[in-house]
Amino acid sequence: MLDRLTGNLQFQGQALLLRAERQKVLSGNIANADTPGFQARDFDFAKALQAATTQGAGAAGGGAITDPRHIPVRGAGGANDPNLLYRLPEQPSIDGNTVDMDRERANFADNTVRYEATLRFINGDVRNLLSAIRGD
Amino acid sequence: MALNRIFDISASAISAQSQRLNVVASNLANAESVAGPDGQSYKSRQVVFSARQPDRADGTAGVRVTGIVEDNAPAKRVYDPKHPLADNEGFVTQSNVNVVEEMVNMISASRSYQNNIEVMNTTQQLLAKTLQLGQ
Repeated sequence: MLDRLTGNLQFQGQALLLRAERQKVLSGNIANADTPGFQARDFDFAKALQAATTQGAGAAGGGAITDPRHIPVRGAGGANDPNLLYRLPEQPSIDGNTVDMDRERANFADNTVRYEATLRFINGDVRNLLSAIRGD
Repeated sequence: MALNRIFDISASAISAQSQRLNVVASNLANAESVAGPDGQSYKSRQVVFSARQPDRADGTAGVRVTGIVEDNAPAKRVYDPKHPLADNEGFVTQSNVNVVEEMVNMISASRSYQNNIEVMNTTQQLLAKTLQLGQ
């Protein structure tokens, strides 16, 4: 019963972690806007979230533990190491840098809003949970 | 927590950009310097940026300045026979700083600096909101 209450919270928590991760990747792109040869990175948020949430249930890609002495192996695509891809440059520059500042800033702002939205969802879930526990 | 690392990344970029601004200031200040008795004039300097490899292989990197290189372009020679440092032909050797290039460099550095400051401000707000989670 309780896992039905907290399941949604778990999902939003995973989403929040990935949003923070994406924020970090985008800030790395903005930081390297003037570095020659730097290639901008990003990841597919939807795929990463799917991988992170299904991994918890079935441990996809992770090693099976059949002996207590086994060291748990984390599967690829966990919450903290999404599959990073390289951005396709629309206007490549002569020094090999593929950071498009307009695009990075737009993505950064978008990710910020979505991070805040996820925070609100979590706050709402917590409030629902508390009111269900209190029964009022 | 990934958000904490953003401060590290942006701070490295800010520090690199401020070093670039420093070099620009040095170049502009010495734009009109003339060569001393040894004939060596001031040479324009440029910073070299490279991506700092992270400790974890997660692809995100800060910036670091790997070095400052001197520009080997020929020095400006100005005809001014009355100048005390003029050579036998009446020419004075000045620095090889290109003032227009340096001004462009300065604007670019200051814009990048501002961008990284904004990233830090946004991250700080997000972290403050995250700390209030569940209250």
